[in-house]
Formats: sequence, structure tokens, C-alpha cells
Amino acid sequence: MYRYDEFDERFVRERVAQFTDQVTRRLDGSLTEDEFKPLRLKNGVYLQLHAYMLRIAIPYGTLNSRQLRQLALIGEKYDRGYGHFTTRQNLQFNWPKLRDVPEILGLLADVEMHCIQTSGNCIRNVTADHFAGVAQEEIEDPRPTAELIRQWSSAHPEFSYLPRKFKIAVTGAEADRAVIKAHDIGLRLRRHPDTHETCYEVSVGGGLGRTPMIGKVVRDYLPKKDLLAYLEAIMRVYNLEGRRDNKYKARVKILVHEIGAEEFTRRVEAEFAQLDGPSINADPEEVARIAAYFAPPRYETLPAISNTLEAARATNPAFARWVEVNTAPHKAPGYTALTVSLKPIGQAPGDATSAQMRLVADLAERYSFDELRVTHAQNLVLPHVRQRDLFAIWQKLGEAGLASANIGLVTDIISCPGLDYCALATARSIPIAQAIQQRFADEARQREIGPLGIKISGCINACGHHHVGHIGILGLEKRGIESYQITLGGDATENAAIGEILGPGLTAEEVPDAVERIVAVYLTERSEAESFIDTIRRIGLGPFKAAFQEVTRAAA
Amino acid sequence: MPLLDRNGSREDRWTRSEGAAIGNIPAALVPWEALTEALEALAPAQQIGVILPNSVPFAALAPFLPQLSLVAIAFPAYADGRGFSLARQIRRADFTGEIRASGPLIADQFAYALSCGFDTIELPEASAARQPVPQWLHARESFSATYQRGYEATERNILDQRRAAKAAGRLAAERA
Amino acid sequence: MATAAKRVPLPAILLANDLLDGDVVFATADGTGALAWTRDPAPALVANDDAAAEKLEAFAAAELSGNKVVDAYLVDVAIESGSPVPRHFRERFKTLGPSNRPDLGKQAGEGIAATPKG
Repeated sequence: MYRYDEFDERFVRERVAQFTDQVTRRLDGSLTEDEFKPLRLKNGVYLQLHAYMLRIAIPYGTLNSRQLRQLALIGEKYDRGYGHFTTRQNLQFNWPKLRDVPEILGLLADVEMHCIQTSGNCIRNVTADHFAGVAQEEIEDPRPTAELIRQWSSAHPEFSYLPRKFKIAVTGAEADRAVIKAHDIGLRLRRHPDTHETCYEVSVGGGLGRTPMIGKVVRDYLPKKDLLAYLEAIMRVYNLEGRRDNKYKARVKILVHEIGAEEFTRRVEAEFAQLDGPSINADPEEVARIAAYFAPPRYETLPAISNTLEAARATNPAFARWVEVNTAPHKAPGYTALTVSLKPIGQAPGDATSAQMRLVADLAERYSFDELRVTHAQNLVLPHVRQRDLFAIWQKLGEAGLASANIGLVTDIISCPGLDYCALATARSIPIAQAIQQRFADEARQREIGPLGIKISGCINACGHHHVGHIGILGLEKRGIESYQITLGGDATENAAIGEILGPGLTAEEVPDAVERIVAVYLTERSEAESFIDTIRRIGLGPFKAAFQEVTRAAA
Repeated sequence: MPLLDRNGSREDRWTRSEGAAIGNIPAALVPWEALTEALEALAPAQQIGVILPNSVPFAALAPFLPQLSLVAIAFPAYADGRGFSLARQIRRADFTGEIRASGPLIADQFAYALSCGFDTIELPEASAARQPVPQWLHARESFSATYQRGYEATERNILDQRRAAKAAGRLAAERA
Repeated sequence: MATAAKRVPLPAILLANDLLDGDVVFATADGTGALAWTRDPAPALVANDDAAAEKLEAFAAAELSGNKVVDAYLVDVAIESGSPVPRHFRERFKTLGPSNRPDLGKQAGEGIAATPKG
């Protein structure tokens, strides 16, 4: 993974000093709260319901054990002994004090981390496929691109005061695990059919929130060398022409929608044509320097199937089920990419205690070339695990309550913090997730249902990605109580789709029943091994709507 | 209104005109709407500058640039960053006059503004009173180098610094 | 600014977040009758009439401009067992803490025990 050189190190240290100075100027009155707020947000500091919140960047979700241990330490020393992994592959602490933030930033800088641009109307922390570098069907590792963008977007002189936040995601695989179509810019590495050169497919104008949109392709094959100049062209068009009269219409998706993808593309290409690429783009030597950090680790030569693993599976059914559900195929024979579930039944999705962080850090150091990933689904990944080590890892995870075999299943729920923490939320999310998990706690039943993504947001901003959940749940306020709107048929993958609203809002208590009825329709209607989303695509929403109405009728 | 450039406080030699009425003001700053009319009345010794709303597209300004000595881009709020891109476009057109950011900017934007091509910042009294000049000069130096190429001198650009460091390393290796 | 027009229904209390700590704080009357902040919602001063609400608003404005607190606003309350309880569930959470973590926040006594009771 990437390591800071002297220049990166100096930059991050200077950023810590800058923020420290900004806090001082806030306290002495040089900066008003209105002036300070965007500055603290650009450094990941929010004021939430009960306290400040600090969002720490985990660029493209890649971490090493030293970094995770430092996060565990910060959680213990300055917070309440736990953190929350987010849908943008970041980590949030819920209780830091503003006075401690400069010190926390120093501790982060010690392990090559920061909070730069984890909020605010700027280019946010770049996300990527959590199986980058290990997925079998990958064309190229997206992380060198993501790192290049991380550096380029940091403290950008021109694009730090955009109309609204701006999110970029990168994937290098056919299967989209980075939800690139729901990002302001989505980049997909692909080969040009004639030249066989790796290029980017560039999508713009995706995004969830109040007006969910799927990104539109503006360039089919952008040569890799032109990346930064092309991004500059997109950003300039957006910075100048994005709406600033209404914050709900300020994302680039609205600009693309209002003028049309074709006209937007024309304006970007016109701007791009005026740019002097070589004076903007990173030179090939710099691109190669960054890429070298992401070279694969030195894998052992192993047989494709581990006999040790097979023997353990044969004798331990619980372990066998966990392996089946939580591991993914790996490029290197004898290895696997293991997802550690942060969704034990009844816990807040994505939360991990400092003790759990340390345990996973130890496992990464011992069994995964010291590398970890954070997924947008709020789980952790040990990306390079020898199959034969899985049993030992499973036992250790089990002791820490982290051996849930539910990745991609109905209890692997994505959830924002909701009104239990968030000042923007209109309703709670976590208790809804917990109630659904309890309802479907039986592991055999979960496997019987198969892949089913439930995603919950506590407000229209959609941090919980509810629009692209197979079942989406949106918490709202209706006449002084929490009310939940259910959507169906969303998809976060390469077949990205926005879910449709099933019917009127439900009370919190009714939500698990509604999910149960939806699942029952699926189990009745599915043919053979057809997945939940495929069944919806085949039969439409009709039967589900009918079942849903029974819930609302029963409640009336 | 208080004015500063990269070295600190500076006298403002520009005078705002009433609409297009530039009379014999030596350096007249006119509203965008009055620019065409004011240019017609321009005497050979006079200099003219324009107060440009940040919603005006660069293409509309471009034909006037050869006659202008100053473009003062309005920042209605400090968080409205359109002016940064406008300044870039104006500089790209080889405009050699002064570009000014006019509005309630904050010291933390000083380095960005200079990098994008601004020469001066014109502040409302209230902003300037809260943020004295030393804060601006301090904030200007927050980063000794940044990552974006084409905005700053090569010696303040990390990518160029890396290349230079590598070249120096190679040279040293050859000599050894 | 005509805040009175937009004021929440009375009775109401004033809450805010401490600028440096972020903790939720409530305006209360100290021993001398002057307004001060407390982390405990129970002793929050309840404004029952416009005059009392205006006093809270003036205190909020002074404390905001004095860089002591942020996000100060009035919250309408009901009186339950002698203590003010916000009518809206959002503000109720601010007096308690995260509902999924009863071990944390004001509901667990955090910051309250240490505060001298007025």
C-alpha cells in the first residue's frame, strides 16, 4: 500500500498546524461560527446531536495494522472506546472534544492518516473497490488512480469551494463493488477494444440524496495519462455552472440533468480541449511511482485448494458456512479475500470497539500481509489470507464476536447512524437495523433467503444508500413521530438501479413485518436459485405491493 | 474598503464610478452592466476596471479584456468559489492586468486565491477588522508545497519537487 | 431580528452545545438568579411567558457572540414529574443520548454528576 514520502508527510503536518490555527482563530473571535463551520467540515469535524464528530479518511478503504491500532488508541483515549465505519469507507468517532482534535490529528499524522476533506463542499475522500488488487476478474488495480486523485484533490486551490460535496469512486473490475454509478464521478478501468490500452470509462452525475440519479457516461475511453486534466475540466464546468441558489439542487447530477448529459459532455470536452495536458497531468514517472506501492505482496506458491481448509470444513459445519458466505475468490492460488462482518446480530452496523480493532489489526499483521480494507457495506476485509489459515482466524474472530456468517445476506444491513447520533437525521436507523437483524437472526434462514441487501438511511441525504438497496428504508418524520418509507428493487452494482417506493410510510414497529412479507413473496415466487433482485426484475413490484398493503391495512 | 496583496496592506488607486460616469477618474472601476458605455467615454490616459459578478461567463468578458486594467471578481459569499475558476480562465487568456477578489473572503483562502491568479483581495471593513493582515500572511504560508500542477511556481509543487529530487539523486549516483 | 414571530410554543427551555467540548448544555438559573449553563437537563430554566423566553434568547445571543456555545435554540417542553421534557423526539434524544447505547450520554449520567447542582 501507499507510503508517505517526505512531501506527503510535510503536507499532512502542515494541515494539522493549519487546523490548529483555525481553531485558535475561532476561539479568539477572528472567525465567526459561519466562517469556521466550512473549515471544520473540510477537516471532518461535525457538530452532531450529542457532541462533535470526527470523520477520519481511510483513502479507498485501505489500512495497515499500525493505522488500525492507532484508531483503536484514539477511540479509547479521546472517545468512548468504539468507532463507526461508514459507507464511504471512513471511520467516525462520535464523542471527540473540539479542544482535542488538533492532538488527534497529530496522532493520525504519525501513522500517515488525516481527516482532509471528509466533509464540506469539496472533493471528498476517494473510494474504491474493497477487493482492489485481489479480485479475480480485475483489469487493473484502481488504487493507484485513487491515490493520485487523493493527492491531486487535497487542498485544491480552485475546487475547495464547490457548490456542493463531490464524491469520486474508482473500480478496476467488471463487478462494481464501489457503487460508482451513484457518485459524482465514477471511474471504471477498462481495456480499449482496439488498442488494448487501459483507459477510464468516466461517468458523471450519479448520486443519491434528495434526487437520486444514476451517473451518465461522458467518456467511454479516456487515456490514463489524461486523467487529471480531464478531471480539472469536469470540475471547472461544475464549479462555474453548478447551481448555488438551492443547496438541494447544487450537486453536479442536477446540472447534468438540467442541461442534459450530451450538453454537459460538450462543455467538458470544450474545456478539456483548451487545457495543456502535460502541464497538468502527473508525468508517467510519478504515476509509476505511486503504482509501485500497490504491487502484489509476495504470495507463497500454494495449491488452488487447501487440504487443511477442506478438512476443517468437513468436520465443522459452522466454520464451513462462514467460509462459504464470508470469503471471495482471490487472484493468487490458495488465497482468499476474507470479509469480517461488523454486523453481529443486534449491534449497530459498522461499529467496532477498540478491542475489536486491535484484534483485527493483529490478524491482518499475522495472516494478511499487514493489510486491511474497509468496505462501503461497513465491514472489514483481510484481503490476502491463506486458505489454510482460515480456521485459526475464525476461532479468534469468534472470541471477539466477529464471526457472523452473513456477508451479503439479509442481516448484513447498511445503516447510517441516524437520529441516535446525527444532527441532520429525521429518524433513527440503528434500532430499525437491529430489529430486522433480530427477526432474521437464524443463520439457516438467512442462507435460505440468499443475497439480499437492506440499506437504511435516517434522512433524505441517503448516507445509508437506501435508494440502491434491494430493500431500502428511509426514516422520516411524519406528524411528530418517526415514519419509514420502504423502497424495493434498488441495485448498487454494475446494474445500478434506484428502488421504487412500495407504499405509505410505516411506524418503526411495522418495519420488520413489512420486510418479512416482502421476503415471503420472494420465497414463494422465486424460481430455483433465482436471487431476490432477479425475482423482482422478473415479476415486477405488483405482488410485493399487494403484500405490503396488508401490513398497512393490518396497522390501520 | 481594505485592500491587500501577497505582501500585505496596499493602497487602492482605483475609484468606483457611478454607473458609466467615469468623468476624468484616472483609474475607474465600473459595474459590469455599465462597462460598454464607460469604454465609449474612455480617454487615452484613463485606465478602466470592471466589477464582475461571478455569474458572468468568461466568454462574455473575453472581448473586453484587452481594454481592461483590472477585473474585480465579486465574491457574494466566501463559500461561493466561482471566482477561483473565473480567475483561472482570465489568466489563461494571457490577461496581464490586476485580478481582484472583492468580498468577504477569509484568510484561509488567500493562498488559493493567489494560486488561481488573483493579485489583490478587497475586504469589507467587518471582515478585515476581525482578520488582521498578519493572519493573512500567516495563512498564505500554510502549505510550503501543494499537489496541483499548473497553479503555483514549480518550486512549490510537490510533483515537480519529487521529479527534481529524483533527478538530483540520479545525478549524485552518476557522479559517485 | 423578529425572533418572537418564529418562537416555539411555550413553555420552553434553551439548549446549545458547548463550543469547546460539544456537550449539550442547558440554560439554568444559578444561585444568584443569573443565567448559566448546565449539562443536566433537569434543572433547565423553563420559560413560561414571553418575557422569560426573551431573557433566554438574549442569553443565547450573548453566549453565541461570546464564543461560549454553538447551535443555541429554544425547545418546547412538557413538564413531566417536575422536570422539563422536550416535546419533539429529536430534542428528547439530545437530553438522553443514543437510544441504542443506554450506557452512553446523559441517560448514563455523563457530565451530569460532575456538574454542581444549582
